[in-house]
Amino acid sequence: MEAGANGKDPPEAGAAQRLAGDARDRVRFEEDALALSDQVYRVARHLAGSREEADDLVQETYARAFRSWRSFTPGTNLRAWLLRILTNLNIDRGRRQQRAPQMQPLEANDYFLYDRLAGDGNGVSDEERVVERLSQDDIVSALSAVPHDFRDVVVLVDIGDFSYQDAAQILDIPIGTVMSRLHRGRRILKRELAETTTVEGT
Amino acid sequence: MKDPCAHCEEMMQPYLDRILTEDEMVEAEAHLEQCDYCRRRYRFEESLRIYVRQAVDEQMPVELKEKLAALRIPLD
Repeated sequence: MEAGANGKDPPEAGAAQRLAGDARDRVRFEEDALALSDQVYRVARHLAGSREEADDLVQETYARAFRSWRSFTPGTNLRAWLLRILTNLNIDRGRRQQRAPQMQPLEANDYFLYDRLAGDGNGVSDEERVVERLSQDDIVSALSAVPHDFRDVVVLVDIGDFSYQDAAQILDIPIGTVMSRLHRGRRILKRELAETTTVEGT
Repeated sequence: MKDPCAHCEEMMQPYLDRILTEDEMVEAEAHLEQCDYCRRRYRFEESLRIYVRQAVDEQMPVELKEKLAALRIPLD
């Protein structure tokens, strides 16, 4: 009888096969991760303070992800896993230093931005059109003015389309905190936008 | 009784996030149906979200994409 005919390969062949399987899994992981890079960048761009920082963060994230690919559980949310690495790196980069909570009072209600945009006499009151009075630059700078703790949540949920649950896992905070920060973050964003338009309108 | 528009405002963000319970959903929709003020603001909030998302969307630089691909660990 020939070697291997009983279904048992020689030990070296088994090891080689395992290695080949391992390499295949790794290549697949790398491909899957790279396919998500546009989506990762979209979120990273606004978690980081600038384009350059986003660029660095995304590279560091992928370098780390490729090194520790084995700790990813196949079948779970890879995009959330990558973002978890990214937000941790972002926090490690000294973001912790600006932890002082911001205590400015918020506007009394959620509607002041609409009232501001619709109500300053330019005749535009169509709700869908009124937002167009905000320029792209206004929005990008208003978003970057939102303090990090709040912005992270707004960016993950409203721009990255992550669920509250995913955002909670990515940021390692309770889901209730996600909800309260999201609520507050959106209000701060609207206040920032309202302030920008006041400056322009006068 | 609570001001229905103030109550509607409290439910606005969860409504937009689609996380209200079924009963709350029915309540919110019934109010939106008959309140022009809240309906206008609902449409505004919805448009704002879409608009913000589009405004901040930035394409990843091609060079960055190439750099990421180069970070892959070579097979030996």
